[in-house]
Amino acid sequence: MQLSDEEKAMYDGRDGPAVQKAMDLLVRYGEALDAECLVQTRNVCATITSTTPFQREFALAKGGMDAVFSEFSLDSQEVVQIPKFKVFTSHLQLGFDPGQPERMGVNEETVRFYEQSERHAAGLGAQIMNTCTPYQVGNIPTRGEHCAWMESSAVVYCNSVLGARTNTEGRESCGAAMLTGRIPYWGYHLPENRYATHLVELDIEVESVQDWGLLGYFIGEHVQDRVPVLHRRGGLEQVPNLPRLKHFGAAAASSGGVELFHIAGITPDALTLEQALGGRAPREVLRYGEAERRLAYEKLNMTAQSAEIQYVMLGCPHYTIEQIWEAAQLLEGRRVHPDCELWIFTPRAIKALADRNGYTKIIEDAGGILMSDSCSAMSRAVPKGTRTVALDSAKQAHYLPAILGVQAWFGTTAQCIDAACTGRWQGGLQ
Amino acid sequence: MSTETPSLAPPSEPKVIVIHGRKVVGGISEGEALVTRDHISGWGGIDPRTGSVIETRHELRGQSFAGKVLVFPGAKGSSGWSAMFHMTRLLKTAPAAFLFNEMTTKMALGAVVTHAPAMTGFDRDPLDCIETGDWVRVDAEAGVVEITKRG
Repeated sequence: MQLSDEEKAMYDGRDGPAVQKAMDLLVRYGEALDAECLVQTRNVCATITSTTPFQREFALAKGGMDAVFSEFSLDSQEVVQIPKFKVFTSHLQLGFDPGQPERMGVNEETVRFYEQSERHAAGLGAQIMNTCTPYQVGNIPTRGEHCAWMESSAVVYCNSVLGARTNTEGRESCGAAMLTGRIPYWGYHLPENRYATHLVELDIEVESVQDWGLLGYFIGEHVQDRVPVLHRRGGLEQVPNLPRLKHFGAAAASSGGVELFHIAGITPDALTLEQALGGRAPREVLRYGEAERRLAYEKLNMTAQSAEIQYVMLGCPHYTIEQIWEAAQLLEGRRVHPDCELWIFTPRAIKALADRNGYTKIIEDAGGILMSDSCSAMSRAVPKGTRTVALDSAKQAHYLPAILGVQAWFGTTAQCIDAACTGRWQGGLQ
Repeated sequence: MSTETPSLAPPSEPKVIVIHGRKVVGGISEGEALVTRDHISGWGGIDPRTGSVIETRHELRGQSFAGKVLVFPGAKGSSGWSAMFHMTRLLKTAPAAFLFNEMTTKMALGAVVTHAPAMTGFDRDPLDCIETGDWVRVDAEAGVVEITKRG
């Protein structure tokens, strides 16, 4: 792999042992990929902090937070002192909400260790955003910007909706990128890999947030990790907004491995269908109509049998303030059923706004709770005795039954709030 | 006293197949093959404590890859892939080697941080010529895989 003079200097130790270890990992990783060179990045999104008992014991035995960063974020068995990050780094979601240890079933020792690692990461320069949606709280890359992001739903949003360029990175490659401002120039960093391979002809209008989740779930299963372009003759009547595209991308990244999509006439690399396809014919053309929509709905509700609901979770990917506002309006003046719990997840910064707007109080007065930093799939935490859940997220409906063995109903936000207030699922495809 | 009649046929040499590929992570190792045509998920797909596949509906569900040569199409799922296989190294449940067909960032980084020899880009599809239970020697540096068919 070709290194620039600046990269060679970092590799040779000019900036100290941690940067040298970071370059060593990037070279091993780049050569594994058969990448020709590295590319500069000023935008990293990753999980950095520590939340497991194993990491706590590791820190105790090997020399504190630098030891944890060396091993888990740099793949360095030698403990190196970690300097401040070279580039803008955002912290993603974690395995629990540190403000809700009891609900999340974590002990105080684990929370205290997490807080220690959070202070360490923040001291190095990490933004403690603690969300799967960094693009909601101040990290919005520009079209063409090279990034190093983890988290499949954020990666697909970054590539597709924002037109920035990232592969799905991991904890270690992001750790190395924070200290060097470099990542392998491979995959979706190269323009020629960003053209659509599959054309999806939309025979029906796609309007609601639920609709966009169903479409994403259908497409992911068919294209796997290829690049779809969506096209509607005459154009879409309604331009999809942030909650719709967030739901769509997360769904497509769950049922398949979609990291990049285009919507003709809407997303930045697809002002026209021809631009999205790069002037080439698509490898395959799919059609999406009523039958496909219903099939996606049925697949998402495959595990559901009992109409009795013990748990309703909203906020996957983390809710926008608009979605919290909607949920608060649907809940106002109602009560969550005594046999059911309602948890809503959002980034910390948006929770502060919801507090200010009075939405948190409306949700709490109704018996629900607004949480941050995590979700049930990440934390494996659900209310005690949960057998059946109701969800408005295709991604969460895909993962929760597999991870926790619960039954899941997938429906609209209004159907989920009704289920929370009545303890019963009365949904159905609208 | 044994009642078995000794076979008259001469003992046959075990069948050996050699295939070539590209080094992903260097090193030499050997072990019994564990082969699947299903992609493997890291986060939510394996348990690093036991080194086994846990994904529902996966053909290797419940089977351990610890110390084995894992032969599979490639990685899928969450960006936690590398972190999970990283843990298998720390918990000593890592595979002896990775042989796979589809290169992705998840796969490359996961193999790198596991420190197990890894190869891809083969002249013959390893899924066609390796079966679970075969003995496989991987020399990633030289780009050679030697397969001794079982029985």
